[in-house]
Amino acid sequence: MIFWIALRKELLEQWRSYRLLIVAVVLLLFGGFLAPLSAKYTPELLKALVPNGDEIVQLMPAPTAAVAVEEYVGNVGQFGVLVALLVAMGAVAGEKDKGTAALMLVKPLPRGVFLAAKFVALGFTFALSVLIAAVACYYYTMLLFEALDLSSWLALNGLLLLFVLVYVALTLFCSTLTRSQVVGGGLAFGSLMVLSALSALPTVGDYLPGQLLSWAGWLMNGGGEPAWPALWTSLGLIVAALIGAWRVFERQEL
Amino acid sequence: MTAIRIEELRKTFGEVRALDGLTLGVEPGAVFGFLGPNGAGKTTTIRILTGLARPTAGRAWVSGVEVTAERDTVAHRIGYLPQEPAFYPWMTAREFLDYVGGVFGLSARESRVRTQELLELTGLTEAAKRRVGGFSGGMRQRLGLAQALVNRPEVLFLDEPVSSLDPVGRKELLELIEHLRGRCTVFMSTHILADVERVCDTVGIINRGQLITQAPQEALIERYVVPAFEIEAENGPAGQVQAWAERLRQVPWVTSVSIQGRTARVVVRDVEQAKRELMASVVQAELALTRYEMVRPSLEDVFLKLINGEGGVR
Repeated sequence: MIFWIALRKELLEQWRSYRLLIVAVVLLLFGGFLAPLSAKYTPELLKALVPNGDEIVQLMPAPTAAVAVEEYVGNVGQFGVLVALLVAMGAVAGEKDKGTAALMLVKPLPRGVFLAAKFVALGFTFALSVLIAAVACYYYTMLLFEALDLSSWLALNGLLLLFVLVYVALTLFCSTLTRSQVVGGGLAFGSLMVLSALSALPTVGDYLPGQLLSWAGWLMNGGGEPAWPALWTSLGLIVAALIGAWRVFERQEL
Repeated sequence: MTAIRIEELRKTFGEVRALDGLTLGVEPGAVFGFLGPNGAGKTTTIRILTGLARPTAGRAWVSGVEVTAERDTVAHRIGYLPQEPAFYPWMTAREFLDYVGGVFGLSARESRVRTQELLELTGLTEAAKRRVGGFSGGMRQRLGLAQALVNRPEVLFLDEPVSSLDPVGRKELLELIEHLRGRCTVFMSTHILADVERVCDTVGIINRGQLITQAPQEALIERYVVPAFEIEAENGPAGQVQAWAERLRQVPWVTSVSIQGRTARVVVRDVEQAKRELMASVVQAELALTRYEMVRPSLEDVFLKLINGEGGVR
C-alpha cells in the first residue's frame, strides 16, 4: 500500500517536472526520427551539399534498414545513458539537499520504499520513452526501407531498456551517497567511464552491459551470439546498486 | 509516563560536541519552549528525537518509545515542522496533505476529510489548489504545520517555527500553536524569547549541548527575580536626578543605582524597606515622576543571566 502511495507521487513528479517529456522527446528525436532518416538521407545530403560527395558516399554502406537499426541502437544507447544520468542524479541527493527527504522520512515512509518507488518511476519513464522511440523508428524504417521483424525488434528494445536501466540504478546509487546533485552526477559519470573502459577489454567486455548493445544489433542484422553473461551482469548490477543504495540510505542521517 | 524523556544524550561531529550529556523530561500536554543560543544543540536534539539522526551515546524516548530502537513506531506518533520546511513545488497544498495522509495509512476518504480540516485550521483553504512553489514564507510555514498534524500526533516537534517569518506570519503561526495547547505535547525550539513567553508553559534552557535549567515559565521567572525598582522622571534642573542617585547610593538598604536616560534602576538589599522609603526619597528630591515600578524580570533577563553565568556565550 505504502509503495503505491510513494510510486504515485514519483510518477506524478515525472510528469509535472517534465522529466518524462524530456526523456521521451530526446529518445524520440535521436532514436525514433533521426536514426531512420539519417540512414536514408545522409548519402543524398552528402551528394548534394559536399564537394566530391559522390566519392564519400561510395565508401559508406548502402542505406538499408540494417543501417537504420544500427544507428537507432547507437543513439538510444548513448542518449539514453546521458539522459539517465541527468534525470536520476538528483533523485535522492536533491531531496536530501532541499529537505523534502527529511520532511517525509520522519513519517512512516520506509527508506527502502522511498528508493524503490524512485527506481520504478524512472524505469517507467524510460520504458515508455523507449517504447515511443521504438514505435516511431519502426514506422519510419518501414516507410523508408522495409518492415522489421517485430519479435526481434521488441527483444532489441528490451535489451536497450535494460542497458539504460543499469545506468539509472547506478546513478540512483551515486545520488544516495551524497547531498549534491553535481557530485552524484559526477560519480555516476565516473562509473560510466569505468564501465566503458572495461567494456573495451577482450573477454571482460563480454560480461559487461555494453555487450547488450552488440547483442541488440545482432538481433536484427545477424552475425553474433546472444550475450547472456552481459545480461546477467546487467541484472546483477541493477540489483546490487539498489541494495547498496538502500543499505547506505538506511544508515544516513538526514 | 513523560511525553519526552532524554537521558545523557551525546552527539559529536568530529571534535565538536553538539550534545554533551543532555538530560530532560517533558510532561504530556505541555507546550515546552526549548531555548538556547544559536549552536546550543536545539536542532540536533530534535533531529535525534525525530529519528533523523542517531545519538553518539545516551537514550531518548518519545511517548514511551525509544527513538533509536523503534523508529517506525515513533514516526506514527510524532509530527515535525523543520525551521524551513521544504515541499515539492509542483504539488498543490491539497495534494501534499493527501500524500502525507496516504503515508500515514489513512484511506482516501479519511485523508480527504483530514486534509480539509487542516486546510481550514491553517487558513489555506483558498490556496488549496495552488502549487506550493508559489507560496509565501508564511503560507509554507502554515502548510508545514498542517502536514505535521495530519496524524494527530501525540508529540509535535517545532524547530524554530517562526524565526524566518515577518511579524504578521509570526503572529498567525503562534496563534495556531497556542490553539494546540491541550491537544498534544508541543516541543518548540527557538531563540526568540518573546515567542516562548507568549505560548510556552514550560521552559528548558540549553547551552553548549547541556541543559542549564528546566521549569515552568512562571517558576523560572520567580526564581530569578531581581530585587529592583525602576523610576522614570521628567528632565528637571541639571543634575537633579544624579544628585538624588548619589544620595541614594549612601543608603544602607540600596545595593546600586544606575541611570540610563531618564530611567533610574535601583537594586535593593531589603525590598520591604525599599517599598516604604524609596518613594519618600523621590518626593524629597522633588523629581517629576512619570513611572515607578518594581521590576519583574522578563524571560530574556533570566535567559541572559543563565547563559552568561553559565559560560558567557552572549
